[in-house]
Amino acid sequence: MLKERNTLSQNRSRTNIDCYHCGLPCENTRIEFDEKSFCCVGCKTVYEILAENDLCQYYAFNETPGNSPLSEIESTRYEYLDDSAVQQQLLDYRDEKLAKVRFFIPGMHCSSCIWLLENLATLAEGVLASRVDFLRKSLSISFDPATISLRQLVEMLTKIGYEPQIRLEDLSRKAEEKSQRSLYLKIGVAGFAFGNIMLLSFPEYLDIGGTLEERFQHFFGALNILLALPVLFYSAVDYFRSAFIGLKHRTINIDVPLSLGMAVLFLRSLYDIINGSGAGYMDSFAGLVFLLLIGKLFQQKTYDTLSFERDYKSFFPISVTRKETDGEKGIPLSRLQVGDRIIVRNQELIPADAILMNGDGIIDYSFVTGESAPVEKVSGEIIYAGGRQAGSAIELEVIKEVSQSYLTQLWNNAAFSKEKESAITTFANGVSKYFTIGIILVALGALIYWLPQNSTLAWNAFTAVLIIACPCALALSTPFTLGNVLRILGRAGFYLKNTIVIETLAKINTIVLDKTGTITQSANTAVTYHPVGEEAPLSENEKAFIKSLTKNSTHPVSARIANSLNGKIEQPVQHFREFTGRGIEGVVGGHLFRLGNDEFVYGTSLAESDSAPRAFLSIDGTIKGVFRLANDYRPGIQEFAERLHGRFRLALLSGDHDGERLRLQKIFGRKMPMRFRQAPADKLNYIRDLQINEEKVLMIGDGLNDAGALQQSDTGIAIAEDLNNFFPACDAILQAGQLTRLDRFLRFIRAAMNIIKMNFGISLLYNIVGLSFAVQGTLSPLICAILMPLSSITVILIATGATNGLARKWQIDAPWKAETKTVVLDGQPQRNTTVQLEEIQ
Amino acid sequence: MSVMFLLIIASLLFAAAFLGAFLWAVRNGQYDDRYTPAVRMLLDETPGLSQSDHREKKNR
Repeated sequence: MLKERNTLSQNRSRTNIDCYHCGLPCENTRIEFDEKSFCCVGCKTVYEILAENDLCQYYAFNETPGNSPLSEIESTRYEYLDDSAVQQQLLDYRDEKLAKVRFFIPGMHCSSCIWLLENLATLAEGVLASRVDFLRKSLSISFDPATISLRQLVEMLTKIGYEPQIRLEDLSRKAEEKSQRSLYLKIGVAGFAFGNIMLLSFPEYLDIGGTLEERFQHFFGALNILLALPVLFYSAVDYFRSAFIGLKHRTINIDVPLSLGMAVLFLRSLYDIINGSGAGYMDSFAGLVFLLLIGKLFQQKTYDTLSFERDYKSFFPISVTRKETDGEKGIPLSRLQVGDRIIVRNQELIPADAILMNGDGIIDYSFVTGESAPVEKVSGEIIYAGGRQAGSAIELEVIKEVSQSYLTQLWNNAAFSKEKESAITTFANGVSKYFTIGIILVALGALIYWLPQNSTLAWNAFTAVLIIACPCALALSTPFTLGNVLRILGRAGFYLKNTIVIETLAKINTIVLDKTGTITQSANTAVTYHPVGEEAPLSENEKAFIKSLTKNSTHPVSARIANSLNGKIEQPVQHFREFTGRGIEGVVGGHLFRLGNDEFVYGTSLAESDSAPRAFLSIDGTIKGVFRLANDYRPGIQEFAERLHGRFRLALLSGDHDGERLRLQKIFGRKMPMRFRQAPADKLNYIRDLQINEEKVLMIGDGLNDAGALQQSDTGIAIAEDLNNFFPACDAILQAGQLTRLDRFLRFIRAAMNIIKMNFGISLLYNIVGLSFAVQGTLSPLICAILMPLSSITVILIATGATNGLARKWQIDAPWKAETKTVVLDGQPQRNTTVQLEEIQ
Repeated sequence: MSVMFLLIIASLLFAAAFLGAFLWAVRNGQYDDRYTPAVRMLLDETPGLSQSDHREKKNR
């Protein structure tokens, strides 16, 4: 055991000492323990746990290894994990002695995290083994349910700073599919066959004088057929399936001509080999399938830790505190019933429409409606789901089920039930319709031309045309170009769901922006102080006093004022009182400070048109001045708007009031349509009206209130300050700081589509050369074996080379670290934001 | 020349064995996470943390 030298003195430190555990400066409190300094009790506890278990090597891995842990866990927070129905949904496996579970842990960020999490067995009795998948940020744990319960496990993880994210959507979804595995297997089989068939075909190609013994020819032919069979029936099966489905729906997609080419290639080779009339094209066949599958793999760039599919469930907490006769109990949200009394604490989300029974409601709806100022509610008022309580705990009575609440109604809109992708004709699919008809016509022409003269030659020419015209170059240029674009944009902080999004983005002509959180910065909004009349500006002392005062209040306006003041020393506040919806007062340094709205400070309400949030200040009864909280627009937004004008039609939809209209008009110009006080459904309808007029709409938003519009739009981009936070379902996620580079990204995407078209032209040229052999019936397997890979490789090189070149020229993936600042997450500056982002790529 | 048949078949079987190894590795999940194992192997097992110590601790 440790020597108990626990001084644990909560000093007010004046010097900046970094916490031994998390590396953050110990600003206000410093806890001395074991001759080391910690910033909070939580960090100290983690150190204690680690030291006790001889795991202090953890600190050797990284200078600032630890996340700041939660200082305390409410006792009821994870109570719902004792519920057996919840356990059944969460656990992957369970018997008497062994249970397996997998958690998503957003806090995982460095190698020491891996080390600590994989050594959980030493930390906690009952944990048998733990394994990290770093890219997915997931942790698989096997444990003994008799020794440690699921709840204890989660609480232990939370205590050491790796709180698992457990969401409703995780409960309704089991372990993901292993589609990637099957693609690897198919590539493996195709690659194996391709290599060996090529080897076995060499003797035929090099057999110039016809000296190859006949029995070898038969032997090689038989082996080639044998090797090609798994390629046809296993590796290539998806293409045939997709072509079949396409034909059933009376559309010709890119897989139709591909499948036709592959089928003819295989059958013709089979016929040639069995008949002894030639060596067959089995190597071209296997090579084609192999390259196509590689293209497919290249295109599949997924961001494992990002989720693009989200419904309302992901915004809600998984459990809620219910008030019962014998105290409070955490229950799973799914058990919540109408009539239940629930407790919602500071910063918790209201899960269902409810009536306020007890306490002062200060509800922040910014996430749902975009409204920036919180709304005050008193007992008896209805509070709609989705609001966030800012202040002391409140007691509510549920009046509607979670799925029937105001907020969740949005998801019943038709926009959410339609499949977006099916409506999109990609370039490759659009072209292949004409392409397929074209080559069938050429093939039939060759057949009809030769048939009266030489029937063998006629069939040779017919099949050769179908083989050589197989649009493999087209089928390869799309995945390689778009896959590369996906990667480049990902490095630039713009994460696309899949390559189809690139094609829809290239067609956009209208951009609709949300205001709050999209073009404004939610954090660090500017706070300015204006003295009234003859009063002097605030002195340093006064600033420190006001900071101390506002720190006592959880009201968002207080929090913003506190953050804007840089007084370092905290002063004790006496007689602190908070008047809900009006203001705060307290005695600091012997002076009475009052801070609040006009009525609170002046005693009367001031008629003023400016509706931006503000707080008046009086000291010892003298009115000193006013703090104004302006919405702060992202830097460079004006230039961004100017660049977009002329190229796109712009519109702005805001759930907020129109207090910022004049400033917005300065930025975007007077002509741009702006709508304020838009409910989520209004936004959705606005987008739909645009689409009825044949506009291709790009919606950019961030909150839940944009969810409908994002879904309805042709492409929906969610803005994310922090990738671990929530954003609505969307097609792409854009790092907030990258918004003003979006025009550049769109230009890059359009250029990439032109690269695909250019590649299509090149592959057509190759096809014309090949066809000139084919129609004459002189396409030998050797020419085919050279021409097909040559065209494919040309196309792949152009696709990747040109996109990389453009990206470099336009500095698309310029090292964007330079543009990131320390992002403030949950009030703690998170140093590892950049690291996390790099890992995602 | 008939030894060629034997050699070719032998070489194919040999290659097929590698294909089999690859298929096994994929199915075994070795391609599911292509990042963490590279880090994991660099993290030392602490001397005080070997499996035997670990068990001792549990029995205590």
